[in-house]
Amino acid sequence: MHIFIAKRLLIAIPTLILVSIFVFTLQKLLPGDPVLALAGEERDPATLDAIRAQLHLNDPIVVQYGRWIWAALQGDLGMSLRTNTPVTQLIAQKLPVTIQLAVMSMIVAVLCGIPGGIYAAVHKRRKGDYIVNILALSALSIPNFWLGIMMILLVSVNLGWLPASGYVSPVENFWLSMKTMLMPALVLGTGLSATLLRHTRSSMSGVLKSDYIRTARAKGLRPREVILGHAFRNAILPIITLMALLFGELLAGAVLTEQIFTIPGFGKLTVDAVFTRDYAVVQGVVMCTAVAFIAMNLVADVLYAFLNPRLRAKL
Amino acid sequence: MSDTSAALPPRASSRVLRSLRHNPSAIAGAAIILPIVILALLAPVLPIPSPDATSWTAIRKAPSALHWLGTDELGRDILSRMIWGARASLLAGVVSIAIALVTGVPLGILAGYFGGWVDMVISRVTEALLALPFLIMAIALAAFLGPSLTNAMIAIGLSAMPVMIRLTRGQVMAVKAEDYVEGARAIGLNHLEIMSRYVFPNIVPPIIVQATLTIATAIIAEASLSFLGLGQQAPAPSWGAMLNTAKNFLTQAPTYALFPGVAIFLTVVGFNLLGDGLRDALDPREQ
Repeated sequence: MHIFIAKRLLIAIPTLILVSIFVFTLQKLLPGDPVLALAGEERDPATLDAIRAQLHLNDPIVVQYGRWIWAALQGDLGMSLRTNTPVTQLIAQKLPVTIQLAVMSMIVAVLCGIPGGIYAAVHKRRKGDYIVNILALSALSIPNFWLGIMMILLVSVNLGWLPASGYVSPVENFWLSMKTMLMPALVLGTGLSATLLRHTRSSMSGVLKSDYIRTARAKGLRPREVILGHAFRNAILPIITLMALLFGELLAGAVLTEQIFTIPGFGKLTVDAVFTRDYAVVQGVVMCTAVAFIAMNLVADVLYAFLNPRLRAKL
Repeated sequence: MSDTSAALPPRASSRVLRSLRHNPSAIAGAAIILPIVILALLAPVLPIPSPDATSWTAIRKAPSALHWLGTDELGRDILSRMIWGARASLLAGVVSIAIALVTGVPLGILAGYFGGWVDMVISRVTEALLALPFLIMAIALAAFLGPSLTNAMIAIGLSAMPVMIRLTRGQVMAVKAEDYVEGARAIGLNHLEIMSRYVFPNIVPPIIVQATLTIATAIIAEASLSFLGLGQQAPAPSWGAMLNTAKNFLTQAPTYALFPGVAIFLTVVGFNLLGDGLRDALDPREQ
């Protein structure tokens, strides 16, 4: 297993290098002289030269990349132009908030998607399956920022059940934190639950056609035991790996949800950085998201190998 | 966005059309999309107020006989802005996909057909691009290119490109092992002729399905970027930008936030249904 993990880590390295080249190149997309964009209203040639020298922009591009990636490897993603704080520190402050949102959204998605998928597979091509599929299609097609607005209107403005915005740390007040984060988690988890539902349905449908399921039924086992004890245990394998992959996507989905519910997380940091032209933060956020995504891919691969007895035996 | 794996034998278009006509998903999808497309195309000749015409006496009015869907914070007619906004959404969907197809399909064909180091280079770059979640990549590109509908379309198109490369590569690898491609090689056709006359026509169906499903994703992405202020710029109408404004007037004008969202939802459902229907019609295993 250790060798397998080491191999997967090695495969991830070229991907990470290419992502870092892409993220570094982003700044070169800025139209015109990047120093003018970074300097804002300042147009004094001496100041512009000083910024250029400070950022080593006169060096060849390969040297600039080498310097940037070397610093990044040591946890230095530059300084935020807006707050003059290290980008790594900003990300470290905001990431726990988004991870809380992502975990709660994943719980919502699992609670809705997996039972829904099992139900649809068991009732395949029957009325219940069609209804569940229509709900899943709707959940996939609904823009989550609009769903957020509608939920604020209904649940907060009209019914007054949950707060419309803001954030409370679970360390400060656990229950208030859960209450504040419930609606954003429902919004972010909706689309995800549909994805999980469709995959669970497909995986369960395949397993339910297997010979061993027919044997289990022939033995006289109760339907509940056949579905949960035999079929689901085998169908869940690809779903668990899918969940690891989707967790990376949750970070991206959080951008809009955090914007609507004014949650001071990773996503809001991204949008604020975009509008204040804080390019070092945008680069840092993109790099971190990619690293998280690659890491979750790795986790998915290792989980799959670990949970699959046939693969585990070969490792 | 998910990969599709339909395959189509040559000259099967009549069977596909027949199958599409009997496919409830495709029919429902087309029935939703067609009226939206027609309204968007006819926007300049429809008897509706100008989408930019403001009226200080009609600010945030509820739906009425004069303004069927009410008015916005500047007294502009919401129905008119929604119809004109449909043009931005549909244009973004189609242009983004065109960018993804024009860049992704040739690269996918090259990777799948030649294999070896060409495949290795293209596949590694594709994997790196796939490591950047769609929306984050679109936001970053739109941020660095500058906020505008054109740049949003470029950003969405480039973000959708890796999926097209991967799908095309997989299809080409399957097709190039077929006897008719071997035959084409045996009669001495060059690579370009084989790729354009024998490989490409046989990988079109799954690409059409993926493109239709990706239009739905692109429409949501454009609305998301416009909602964040990185897409269509004011005063030009767009569904995402309308929602961004509407969220500030939830208590005063709740219907304002309702209609643009319903429009996005219906359009995306329409393209998803059409994509599902096309997949069923184009995949012989579903016949």
